[in-house]
Amino acid sequence: MQRFSGRHFVLRRIGLYILIFWCAITLNFIIPRLMPGNAASALMARSQGTLPPSALRALELAFGIHTHASMFTQYVDYLRNTLTGHFGISFTYFPTPVAQVIGSMLPWTLFLIGLSTVIAFVLGNIIGVYSAWRRGHRLADALPVAFTLMSSMPYFWAGLALLYVLGFTLNWFPISHAYSHNIQLGWNFQSLGSVLYHAILPAFSIVITTMGRWVLDMRNNLIGILSDDYVTLAQMKGLPEREIMVNYGARNALLPVLTSFAMSLGFVVGGAVVVEVVFNYPGIGFGLFNAVINSDYPMMQAILLIIVVAVLLANLVIDLLYSFLDRRISDA
Amino acid sequence: MSARSVITDTLTSAKRERFVSLRFLNTKAIVGLSIVGLFVVVAIFAPVIAPGNPSADSYLPNLSPGSAHWLGTTSFGQGVLRQVVWGARGSLLVSFLAGGITTFVAVAVGVTSGLLLGWTDRILSFLTNVFLVIPSLPLLIVLSSYLPSKGDLIIILVISMTSWAYSARTLRSQVLSLRERDFVLHAKLVGQPWWSIVFGEILPNMGSLVVSGLLYSMIGALLTVTSLDFLGVGNISAVSWGSMLYWAQNNGALLNGLWWWFVPPGVAITLFGGALALLNFSLDEITNPRLRQRKVKVRGR
Repeated sequence: MQRFSGRHFVLRRIGLYILIFWCAITLNFIIPRLMPGNAASALMARSQGTLPPSALRALELAFGIHTHASMFTQYVDYLRNTLTGHFGISFTYFPTPVAQVIGSMLPWTLFLIGLSTVIAFVLGNIIGVYSAWRRGHRLADALPVAFTLMSSMPYFWAGLALLYVLGFTLNWFPISHAYSHNIQLGWNFQSLGSVLYHAILPAFSIVITTMGRWVLDMRNNLIGILSDDYVTLAQMKGLPEREIMVNYGARNALLPVLTSFAMSLGFVVGGAVVVEVVFNYPGIGFGLFNAVINSDYPMMQAILLIIVVAVLLANLVIDLLYSFLDRRISDA
Repeated sequence: MSARSVITDTLTSAKRERFVSLRFLNTKAIVGLSIVGLFVVVAIFAPVIAPGNPSADSYLPNLSPGSAHWLGTTSFGQGVLRQVVWGARGSLLVSFLAGGITTFVAVAVGVTSGLLLGWTDRILSFLTNVFLVIPSLPLLIVLSSYLPSKGDLIIILVISMTSWAYSARTLRSQVLSLRERDFVLHAKLVGQPWWSIVFGEILPNMGSLVVSGLLYSMIGALLTVTSLDFLGVGNISAVSWGSMLYWAQNNGALLNGLWWWFVPPGVAITLFGGALALLNFSLDEITNPRLRQRKVKVRGR
């Protein structure tokens, strides 16, 4: 019975995600067609004189934008193309297929934003535990306030300021791109070093502006838990302070925080568009920005889709993990 | 030390500590409120504080901060201070309006969903889930690239429509727990009409959640509109803190060492957003007794 209800829960969630995915791709279909400056006319305008009519026809077919076909036919074509991974051909990188361009951007974003998210999470939680543990001390009380203030700073502006001081004025760090262009990228120490070196400034600006949330979450959770009866009992038994803090407090406070961490991993792909733009970092966000600048509609659609899929996948993984870890959820 | 004196001692010290902690709370709230108030005053009285057209190229370009121009001038010869002052209007307008509309939609959806249950709840919850997983900034960037006109109002509406979901979900679960409480059941039993239950019993008990949601949405809206402006897909023809950053970035302020062009708008955003965050912080402490500053001292050892 338990097993059945667990599976039932997961199936229901998958059903929900498929429905949400359908909504997202439909929204993706509707948006360009609602606005006056639609993709079809932009395509015509952009290709004026530069593309032979046959190429134009091929493009039209690939994008599923036929100005003469009925809306329904367009929709069915669009659905078929999307589900089979045919996102069309990029305007900007013509004639490279959009899927291929995205494939070359995705690893950079996953690396940079993924790394920053993990670092911010770990550091933020450590500081959160510290500030709850040493509550009443000056530093421990000041840290959460300081990080709250920092998280209301636009993260790309923090990036700009860092870029100006550490990159431009002091020349300590490179100011753009993901790796040095006079090296051949490969799996060796030189490439790795260059990639890490280029990631420091953008990653740092994301970490300092997103840490506040974890600090505050952890601190507030932990303070709540520390006034629970079982912690008082442990204190009365005379257990060492450190053991109470780690085994009784932090471990239990981490559970709810883990959910929001998994959520934020889902937002990694679409997470820091503007930081990538500031640092000319060749990831998904920079790609989206360029697509918007160049009216590269197939590219925009595909990137938006990838971002939504990433969030859905992350949510699905959380649900699976939870139904596995916590029987109470699958019974609900 | 007798038992009685220990007790009275503890009581008075508890009283004193509560007094101290309340004063401490008030410091945060007062600082937050004064900064927000100051910015509102600056925005309203911009024509008095810094008279003249903020976009006009009335001075020599690229002047560094000095006695004549406190924050220097841009590459176009506009006064940076004047732009920051006038920019407060556009930026605060978006923050307040988009934050307000977002909260309104969140309350409407959350309360309706939690109270009516059934099919209404299912549909609204599904909508909430859809908007929860669609990241709003990428969606906004794409949407605004299609928008024919980019007036403040359109941007405000689009931001509000894409960012209400998280708050709505929190409010819905709060309504679900409130509707089972005795005082709500009592109100139903004595035959109070639904609007009286909603506005008299339920909403007052979620006040802190609503206000906290409003503060978060205001910060979020300000950061979002700044990002959009900075990328050049927002309303960059108007003077706002975000559009200042856009023009600074696109005229090589960084490479030419014009730090006074891009630092002030960022500082203004951080100050205003930080003040809202401080308010939220102190609200948290006021409404959650466990977060209040207090130390329990074990005596008589």
